[in-house]
Amino acid sequence: MTGTKLIKAGRFVEDAFVTLGDDDPQPANGTIVSLARFEKERDALVSRNAPLGVRLKSDESPERLGDDVNRLSVIVLEFPKFRDGRAFSWARMLRTRLGFKGEIRATGHFLYDQLAFMARVGIDAFEVPEGFAIAEFDRAMGEITNVYQPSADGRPTIRQLRADG
Amino acid sequence: MYRYDEFDARFVAERVEQFRYQVERRLSGELTEDEFKPLRLLNGLYLQLHAYMLRIAVPYGTLSPKQLRMLAHIARKYDKGYGHFTTRQNIQFNWIKLVDVPDTLADLATVEMHAIQTSGNCIRNVTADHFAGAARDEIEDPRILAEIVRQWSSLHPEFTYLPRKFKIAVSGSEHDRAAVKFHDVGIEIIRNDKGETGYRVYAGGGMGRTPYIGHVVGDFVEKRDILAFLEAVMRVYNQSGRRDNIYKARIKILVNALGAEEMRRQVMREFDEIKAAGTLAVPSAELDNIARYFAPPAFEALGDNAPEYDAARASSAAFRAWSDTNLTPHRAPGYAIATISLKPIGGVPGDATHEQLDALADLLDEFGMGELRVSHEQNLVLPHVRKKDLPAIFAKLEALGLATPNAGLVTDIIACPGLDYCDLANARSIPIAQRISERFQDLARQHDIGELKIKISGCINACGHHHAGHIGVLGVDKKGVEYYQLQLGGSGAEDASIGEILGPAFGEHEIVDAVERVVDVYLEQRSGSERFLDTVRRLGIEPFKERAYAGWAFHI
Repeated sequence: MTGTKLIKAGRFVEDAFVTLGDDDPQPANGTIVSLARFEKERDALVSRNAPLGVRLKSDESPERLGDDVNRLSVIVLEFPKFRDGRAFSWARMLRTRLGFKGEIRATGHFLYDQLAFMARVGIDAFEVPEGFAIAEFDRAMGEITNVYQPSADGRPTIRQLRADG
Repeated sequence: MYRYDEFDARFVAERVEQFRYQVERRLSGELTEDEFKPLRLLNGLYLQLHAYMLRIAVPYGTLSPKQLRMLAHIARKYDKGYGHFTTRQNIQFNWIKLVDVPDTLADLATVEMHAIQTSGNCIRNVTADHFAGAARDEIEDPRILAEIVRQWSSLHPEFTYLPRKFKIAVSGSEHDRAAVKFHDVGIEIIRNDKGETGYRVYAGGGMGRTPYIGHVVGDFVEKRDILAFLEAVMRVYNQSGRRDNIYKARIKILVNALGAEEMRRQVMREFDEIKAAGTLAVPSAELDNIARYFAPPAFEALGDNAPEYDAARASSAAFRAWSDTNLTPHRAPGYAIATISLKPIGGVPGDATHEQLDALADLLDEFGMGELRVSHEQNLVLPHVRKKDLPAIFAKLEALGLATPNAGLVTDIIACPGLDYCDLANARSIPIAQRISERFQDLARQHDIGELKIKISGCINACGHHHAGHIGVLGVDKKGVEYYQLQLGGSGAEDASIGEILGPAFGEHEIVDAVERVVDVYLEQRSGSERFLDTVRRLGIEPFKERAYAGWAFHI
């Protein structure tokens, strides 16, 4: 996608994947396809010897990937607008119910103010606008030191910290 | 009451700084109003008709003297000298400037208060029975669970961008004073056959333009599992709640579209998984820790008879009238629960001045009472009063204009801010409440009428809970003119029901007469000690309708 860059593990990285349109030919390297294309060309896609990603719209549950979920290297979650919070549950579900260990990438319209929540539910890669500074990312991660509830990040909760005294 | 430890204090302080940065970015133009709006709402800040309004959380309605004094300070320093208590046990300040909000929040944090999640499409601040810890029919103090839910829901990473707002209420008594069946999720503390306490969970209740009474989705959720259960409900809602139409986005629409059985099935699927993971289990030690904060004060060993109280009742008609309506039996002998009415005749329901807030703090200190409560009926409550102190307390309240003897009566009206403040409103609510209150001000008549809950909303969003009013009044707009629809037979208590619309709306100058005619029918037709609500249920709305519209053709 033009006009964005990718943050992963807290720093800018080169995107190793190409996001394909539904009719684009498959290049040899890593590609990301829509769920519709994945469902249509599933056998051909998983038999290729290259990393594969699927991009889910906000109304597409990752459960639709079935057992294929752990054949994927990256799952991209779309935020069509920042108020649409479904992807928070999709990420959480990927990390806990489905045990997905690969990259979960956020794309679309989301705010600085949502980055810490996204990281907590298991999103570990972020497509941010060109002008975005890594210092802002660090700041977002550090705004609130401790958390009250468990999530996919495995951080100790305030209750656990209290018990550890 | 709950006291912050270092973790809570740091959390709230950091949340203030986080919001300060959001305000800075809005003021610099980095954030558009469209982007800033959900962020400010998550911290209780609305843009109203005339100014910003800041809604401050009063967790489960409990306030200490120190907190009351801080609210008085905020009213003086940042507002026009008064605040407004709401139907969700919060307080709103209507004249706040955006640039002052971070400092206001920093002031609040010094007394362990905040505005976190008092608005926005998130899990809102949790409400609970305002008689918690004092009521005779209580199984368990609902604030213990409310505090556990508050912590779990605070900045919940998965559930802060829900389809719509999400309100949770907890009741710990047989008599429901928290309107649990009208909440997105309502929790009732119950006891099973083995004598164990647990939770009955309702989901999908609500008011607004499509009122529903909640369905039971959990018959008996064990205490350690309650957060897992709530997380399951939230996850089903966050995945499947509608996002295409703001008026169909609440969980009540989802529950009624799926049906209660399918909703239960989906919730149980999530619940089993979350429970098995174990990370959300509430250990009994945690419940015990939180319960300690809500331990009742050490009650003195008093007899139930207090000569001072009896003497005041004998000698003062005013005290007698007040004690007849504004006192509720307390679980400890020699104590009472006193309701402080914020509904003076002709006044604005729920408003309190900074002088009153300060004076109430002094009153608490003087009589050794540690806390005050806010009720969802927009009144205040002294939960633990020695009966012998009541005459002196009454005298002080009288001097403050806070001794109106009308708790539960026809002039104890709930009203939303309406078109006087709110940019969603279609009609004014406050002046209608004031006119009805003036019409029925005669005390003997009020007592004769007995329990009658009038609730007024200025628009279909139903912040004034008109669907749950014995008499509900809904403001509507017809070509720029305010009209008022009447509903009868609603209840927000354990016998929850939704009021039935009487017929065409009344004009601003007709509505008070119509209410009076409806009350007249009750007075004529009631049987024995029947309440207004009971008479409506027995007779149906027809006789009321007939009288309310008597001479109606004349008007049109």
